[in-house]
Amino acid sequence: MSILVNKDTKVIVQGFTGKEGSFHAEQCLAYGTKIMGGVTPGKGGQEHLGLPVFNTVRDAVVATGATVSMIFVPPAFVADAVMEAADAGITMAVIITEGAPVKDMMYAKAYATKKDMMTIGPNCPGIITADECKIGIMPGFIFKKGSIGLISKSGTLTYESANQVVKEGFGITTAVGIGGDPIIGLSYKQLLPMFEADPETKAIVMIGEIGGDLEIQAAAYIKEHITKPVVAFIAGQTAPEGKRMGHAGAIISGGAGTAAEKMAALTAAGVTVVVSPADIGKAVAEVMKKL
Amino acid sequence: MNIHEYQAKELFKKYNVPTPNGHIAFTPEEAVRAASDLGGSVWVVKAQIHAGGRGLGGGVKLARSAAEVRELASEILGMTLVTHQTGPEGKLVQKVYIEEGADIQKEYYLGILLDRALEMPIMMASTEGGMAIEDVAHNTPEKIIKVSIDPVTGFQGFHGRKLAFALGLPKEDVNRFVKFASALYNVYMDNDAEMIEINPLIKTGDGRFLALDAKMGFDNNALYRQEHVHEMRDLTEEEPTEVEAGKHDLSYIKLDGNVGCMVNGAGLAMGTMDTINYEGGKPANFLDVGGSASAATVAKGFEIILKDPNVKAIFVNIFGGIVRCDRVANGIIEATKLTNVNVPVIVRLDGTNAIEATEILRNAGIKNIIAATDLADGAKKAVAAAKGE
Repeated sequence: MSILVNKDTKVIVQGFTGKEGSFHAEQCLAYGTKIMGGVTPGKGGQEHLGLPVFNTVRDAVVATGATVSMIFVPPAFVADAVMEAADAGITMAVIITEGAPVKDMMYAKAYATKKDMMTIGPNCPGIITADECKIGIMPGFIFKKGSIGLISKSGTLTYESANQVVKEGFGITTAVGIGGDPIIGLSYKQLLPMFEADPETKAIVMIGEIGGDLEIQAAAYIKEHITKPVVAFIAGQTAPEGKRMGHAGAIISGGAGTAAEKMAALTAAGVTVVVSPADIGKAVAEVMKKL
Repeated sequence: MNIHEYQAKELFKKYNVPTPNGHIAFTPEEAVRAASDLGGSVWVVKAQIHAGGRGLGGGVKLARSAAEVRELASEILGMTLVTHQTGPEGKLVQKVYIEEGADIQKEYYLGILLDRALEMPIMMASTEGGMAIEDVAHNTPEKIIKVSIDPVTGFQGFHGRKLAFALGLPKEDVNRFVKFASALYNVYMDNDAEMIEINPLIKTGDGRFLALDAKMGFDNNALYRQEHVHEMRDLTEEEPTEVEAGKHDLSYIKLDGNVGCMVNGAGLAMGTMDTINYEGGKPANFLDVGGSASAATVAKGFEIILKDPNVKAIFVNIFGGIVRCDRVANGIIEATKLTNVNVPVIVRLDGTNAIEATEILRNAGIKNIIAATDLADGAKKAVAAAKGE
């Protein structure tokens, strides 16, 4: 078991023939992901990586039965690509592209929600179910199969924490990089109940950062609904106010969105909050010992 | 990206958001000419810097004659203005905005920003104009009224009326306010703004609403399609090292510690700063070198970090995913040849080909490179090195 994606998930790639799209589609194929083909308008009928290329997402869905789209198109075209996927009946779009305008994401997310399509990202490493399905740009070999669910706003911190968890002798069920933009798709609040319901997941690691209040919402949700142990780290305890720390959404403004307030809310919700990201693995080992 | 008050007001004018008339001036002579062009008998001389609290800091003053305009402009131009938003070092004032005096009957606050939880813009208004809105939000949150605006359907009359009546405006003012708010919403959406703040929005003796101040920030991701906004960028208002880093696609922010950090990925970069702090040190900067971490970017990273004389050690923390650590290790060695790195460099490489990478660094025999086994070990060694231990 796992959440959202597994060995049977059929995936297409939007921006398939571009440099990034090609490279990562190939990596995903090598991992075992069922990449069925891709979409590049105007290149329909061609073959790429031994797979069919389609002009529209609709054509790709009809021909392959894909339910998930991995999006690599340039930032200016992300909203268009997301809405096309939603219109074509895709059930989940994983948006890897960094740099999409906030206004575009506002429209795209509203449209996707109306069409019942889930989104992950943008500006994220994607989603991986260990040994089954990798939809994104993460290095697959780090994610050894195991019993820990992982949700993270940051790409490299996802790798760092998965690596620590594995070194402690555990592994990952599914890891989801949700991205650090101001408007994102699936977040802690939607993913936590999925991990709670997944029998293979025994504990959950959540990595947050400064800016916004998704972690505060997560804390309230955990308090009421999550029985599995949760380990959390919030990046940016030492970040100054009013400065954007790399991610578009990682900014403390008007004194709100600090690491301290998020850590306090999570601690109050019974979450094991580590101050140093170097302690994530150890904290997971501790909570697993108590089970 | 932020712009100056005078630039925001120019943008407002294009959208028929009323503001007092004014002109920008770089010298006292230009200030006097601006005042004479504007006419009238009262002018406001306003320092133009990217920070709030200018009035309290002495950067906004009233003049009642041409001589006074000259005197105040001479005083404010070239001063280093310190406000609660500039930090203790303050900001050099290089231009002043000369504005006609306004007959203020009542002050309000009006702002628009993105509500990340609702995923749509919200417009906020308050009767507590002229005060820091953060303080109002903290002390008297009931005095801030909010309406969320669905971007798909846009601003409707009821949004404006809801705010107007909650502000207690007399009914003859309501339509004028709604028109003002609606025009401001268009400024926000059309220009990919991230936030607009008018503090204060004033009602004049003759019943007009005017934006007496104006603050605007924009979505950097949308600048590619907002050329007129991009052109308003004032690089002199930004930290020079941060600007230079940006030119090389490096994301750098200067802090006040002494342990330099070079990391791949924004989250891990913040996490590295936090780890240094946890181990008893203070980070000198945030630096995300991006996914590739090539010799050229690493060299540039060293160069930028070392511009800060406080830096006593550098912690290079790379988690190699798609990028292989052995390549990064070679990049670091190459970079030390390109740039004179005269402080200890603690290197932690983990992920793809990490073992080979450690070998490469060890065999290179560069004496100020210290290998670390993991994040905690690296942070400890970097903190110790910065303390001269």
